[in-house]
Amino acid sequence: MFRNNYDNDSVTFSPQGRIFQVEYAAEAVKQGSVVVGIASKTHAVLVAFKRNAEELSSYQKKLFAIDEHVGIAIAGLTSDARVLSNFMKQQCLGHRLTYGRNMPVRGLVDMIGSKAQINTQHYGKRPYGVGLLVAGVDEQGPHLFEFQPSGMTEEMVAFAIGARSQMARTYLEKNLDAFADCGREELVRHGLKALKESLVQDRELTIENTSVGIAGVSKSKEDGSSVVEPFKVFDGQEVNAWIESVADDKEGGGDAAGEGEGMDVDA
Amino acid sequence: MDHRPQAWGRPRDDVYGAYDGSYFQNSGPKFATQSPVVTGTSVIAIKFKDGVVIAADNLASYGSLARFTNVKRLRVFLDTTVVGFGGDVSDMQYLDRHLNELAIDESYENDTTETAAATTTSSSDPSSTSTQTPNNPAGSLNAANLHKYLQKLLYRRRNDFDPLWNHILVAGLDASSKPFLASVDLRGTAFTSPSLATGFGAALAQPIMRRYAATEEDAAKLTREQAVDIIKECMKVLFYRDARSLDKYSIAVVTKDGVELKEEEQLEKQSWAFAERIHGYGTQTV
Repeated sequence: MFRNNYDNDSVTFSPQGRIFQVEYAAEAVKQGSVVVGIASKTHAVLVAFKRNAEELSSYQKKLFAIDEHVGIAIAGLTSDARVLSNFMKQQCLGHRLTYGRNMPVRGLVDMIGSKAQINTQHYGKRPYGVGLLVAGVDEQGPHLFEFQPSGMTEEMVAFAIGARSQMARTYLEKNLDAFADCGREELVRHGLKALKESLVQDRELTIENTSVGIAGVSKSKEDGSSVVEPFKVFDGQEVNAWIESVADDKEGGGDAAGEGEGMDVDA
Repeated sequence: MDHRPQAWGRPRDDVYGAYDGSYFQNSGPKFATQSPVVTGTSVIAIKFKDGVVIAADNLASYGSLARFTNVKRLRVFLDTTVVGFGGDVSDMQYLDRHLNELAIDESYENDTTETAAATTTSSSDPSSTSTQTPNNPAGSLNAANLHKYLQKLLYRRRNDFDPLWNHILVAGLDASSKPFLASVDLRGTAFTSPSLATGFGAALAQPIMRRYAATEEDAAKLTREQAVDIIKECMKVLFYRDARSLDKYSIAVVTKDGVELKEEEQLEKQSWAFAERIHGYGTQTV
């Protein structure tokens, strides 16, 4: 009866000037579990909350290394993220082969941006149903980029995407000024604290459901050339110390008052 | 009258017989450049303590004819690197345009919107000296990156059986701001050395340069003045003995502070006394 006639494909505008397929794709990003990224002057970190389909199953990976110097965090359709991550891996490898250097992160993100935008403009294609946070370091220092299914990409100081990510973003906005001068560990702790803000009640960060990814860069004392700390994903016992370090303070924080509606996003 | 356009402007069949249209059919292999036509001779370069000196004369030969005497064969890339071309001049011009494109793309990608603050050099300067301060933001292609790229480019063209007929030297600084000098030839063969020379220079100038800088350690002890003197000496020897060379040349010094390129240098203090003793060539009858 009230069937939407304008959401059959991504090339039809609604009379209001909207393209529903692209908006639905943006919704798919909000179905994914939350991921947070922060960049300082020396490091770019990603932290992610992993879900398991059922008690007995393993947890779905959220962080992926692309190249020595770049990693991504995904929220949305994992299978679409796989396509993008394979593409990014190939581009980075190709760049390394032809120029002998780390691919500049902005160039890489621009490429997936263009790739994703094309899908929103061709009949028979569909937008990617995944959002990414791309963290990496290059000659110009650490970077964090947001990528959306519409093809929009934006450089960020700190950002969060995925289910209930608004709470994490609020935390990040509150602490925005601190990030630039944060050390490696401090930056991870900020990320985990932001992540905690977005958890549903009674849910805790554990070593099973938490991933941390870090890339860093520093100037060598000898000749001033940049020394890269390669992007690495930390899981399981490796994240234990970080989780414990944010567990003590702010006990019972994250005032539950504002989350009246039961948003059953986390299975 | 024959109304078909393909028949227009052709010799009349009734007078000259049927026109041989097979002439317009392009069957058979495509012939890309298989030999150079207008060529540049040697490029020579040597590393020193804080940079690289590179030079090439301003001649483009047409066979053995000294056809063009004002051709600049050193090219500055992104204000931080100098590329010297030996071999075919048209391929050099193609590469020059290609590198311009690359530099523009690279500058867009690394746009830090800094104030350029380019100091305009006074045009009253008698020599055509242009000192360029690095306008190269951190992260754009350095000499090592550019050399790698050119190597891939030339190797690919070789595999297409359409080589770019050049031997190229790349002089600049690498990622850790150390002097960088490397060569790549028309087959994509690439290597690096404290001193390098292309063409005839490989036989005539390289031994002289090796006397001063056989190893990286030796090169790291050379001063800028020493390196420039060695290069000037080599250019002179090349002019004496290379019949495709010229006494007018370009010389560039690349350091952290940028590229200093002089394109109107003249060989000084030539002495042709040695020529008296040379016999057995040309029209002499001794």
